[in-house]
Amino acid sequence: MTTSEEPTEVPAKIRLREIAAGAYQAAWDAKARGEKIGWCASNFPQEIPETLGVAVVYPENQAAAIAAKGGGLEACEHAEGMGYCADLCAYARINFAFADLKSSPFQDMPQPDFVLCCNNICNTMISWYENLAHELDIPMILIDVPFTTGDKAGPETITYMRTQFDEAFTQLSAITGKAFDPERFREVMAISQRTAKAWLKAAGYSRYRPSPFSGFDLFNHMAVAVCARGKIEAAEAFEALCAEFEELAAQGASGFRGEERHRILFEGIACWPHLRATYSALKDLGINVVSTVYAAAFGITYDSLDQMMEAYAHVPNSISLDRAANLRIDSGRQAGIDGAVIHTNRSCKLWSGMMPEIERRLRAALEVPTVTFDGDQADPRVFSEAQYLTRVQGLAEIMDQPTPDGKEAS
Amino acid sequence: MTPAVLGVDIGSTASKAVVLGDGRVLAATVVPVGAGTTGPGRAIRAVLAEAGLERAAISRTVATGYGRNTLAQADRQVSELSCHARGATALWPGVRTVIDVGGQDAKVLSIDASGRLTSFVMNDKCAAGTGRFLEVIARALELDVTELAQAGASAAAPVEISSTCTVFAESEVISHLAAGSPIADIVAGIHASVASRFAGLARRVAPQPPLVMTGGVANNVEVVARLSERLGLEIAISPRSQLAGALGAALYAQEDATQPGGIGHEPVAKPAPQTNYLTGQLGPCTAGGPARKGCVT
Repeated sequence: MTTSEEPTEVPAKIRLREIAAGAYQAAWDAKARGEKIGWCASNFPQEIPETLGVAVVYPENQAAAIAAKGGGLEACEHAEGMGYCADLCAYARINFAFADLKSSPFQDMPQPDFVLCCNNICNTMISWYENLAHELDIPMILIDVPFTTGDKAGPETITYMRTQFDEAFTQLSAITGKAFDPERFREVMAISQRTAKAWLKAAGYSRYRPSPFSGFDLFNHMAVAVCARGKIEAAEAFEALCAEFEELAAQGASGFRGEERHRILFEGIACWPHLRATYSALKDLGINVVSTVYAAAFGITYDSLDQMMEAYAHVPNSISLDRAANLRIDSGRQAGIDGAVIHTNRSCKLWSGMMPEIERRLRAALEVPTVTFDGDQADPRVFSEAQYLTRVQGLAEIMDQPTPDGKEAS
Repeated sequence: MTPAVLGVDIGSTASKAVVLGDGRVLAATVVPVGAGTTGPGRAIRAVLAEAGLERAAISRTVATGYGRNTLAQADRQVSELSCHARGATALWPGVRTVIDVGGQDAKVLSIDASGRLTSFVMNDKCAAGTGRFLEVIARALELDVTELAQAGASAAAPVEISSTCTVFAESEVISHLAAGSPIADIVAGIHASVASRFAGLARRVAPQPPLVMTGGVANNVEVVARLSERLGLEIAISPRSQLAGALGAALYAQEDATQPGGIGHEPVAKPAPQTNYLTGQLGPCTAGGPARKGCVT
């Protein structure tokens, strides 16, 4: 067993939930101590604030939580009332509403003293965080990651990122008054690697039949993979999760609440306002999600600083169509999918814009049926449950069909 | 004699029902109101009356369409995707592509040589170009939706309708009316706009001939003609195109009735029957009236 040697009786998913909640509490505590705290983009190198011991919270994570708890509509409408366009990313709209209202009954978090921005997830982040910095009159630290159009980020990109990385340490130290400690930096990198590898390993258990977990579980666990990669508790919790999956897989058991008749790739960010509806429809049809791009998105692994830069330049929304398509094809092939459900997430033009072609390539490469549905990561108004049900039922009926030679298709 | 079975297609704008018995279509009905209305009940009563059967004589009922989960008497529900594929394969044996355009959905279905549905694409959340879109436009032109095809056939210079949004397209239509454009030219512009939208959707699955069109919009021969031009492919239609979903549902019901344990979400195993329901069983339908009479010869 490669997991924590400390025996644990608390299920890993509870530990992960507590870690996610603890990140918010740590920020409140720091604020109460008079320390400066920040709002941070999800793919900003968390090694920087973690090394300096600076507490940060993640607006994308908070927006997802608000949307999942039913507060998305009110927040989006508030932002639209402030003048923000309904076409703007719903995470940004919810965050602008929160920045204006200063509190949320669905998921509260402290106000920032600075913002940490990285555009490797999308360029909307820059305008979003610039706007926050302007509205709240606080400093913004940006790590600009050029889009990787080829197979990999070139040396000039690595140098460009590395320079910004060093400068970000200097800037954040100046803002917070916390000093850089190279020993602590090495330790944070080591922990981050342990966490990332455990996260990837846990996600990899979906190759078993049945998969020991529902892919929707990853949507929830992802919060820790995003926000707390550099914390030892996160590494230990993911290692505990691996141990649980290992045991379930050995027993042929699964945490998926249903018979795993079909295995699919679920593409795109979860439709948080309608998580129950999107999950239940699949579960009722015996469809389990065994492949998502989330695993790779936050499994940031490296053995050196340059490799770290490369890893942050190769996150899924920062790579070419060819690489993005192959990422899904490889994931689907390894998990042995029978089909794919693709969320056309109206918030995310970058991600969804690639999807028609990625869907076509996925279908051609794996010879599996695919369906798309309209939705949004946080704005509940875009999704139609009836349309979703028709699409996934149609997909299930295709997967149910015997092959022409009379064998069950899946 | 095999027991009679019922297929009910509860769409967003129409309810359709087909009774099969003794290996043939006994009755078929279209009622032009759909889910959440009296339509499904009226369609079932009408089709049973046409078939001369009591409700108790129906051994299996399969529901499909937008309102498929609302029909309490259904033994099971099958998506309209599978039902249109099954119905179209029965109407046109050997069909490889089905374009189904109903009240608020447009679908393109790919079918393999053995009659299996292999993939499909659907319109996005927006219902522009579907039956509801045509109803809204017809209303703006003070026409009944069934009159659109004839109204557009004599167009001399079809206008350009550039918006795909129903609301904005209606505004464009009103602008053209205000500018004095002939109604025929406006209607033809609408038909061209709708056909362009469907063609874009169809190209996503690389449509293979033979290609057919089902659903209520197939009744508009001008839309079908413009779509055929856009795709460069012949498109077969039938007076019974709108019934394809209900026919498919009835065929699933028939399969359930003859396969023990067929109720529930079971594999749809058999290729479609080779009976040609188009030429063998169904005759021309006379449109009109709130409940179109069953179309059985």
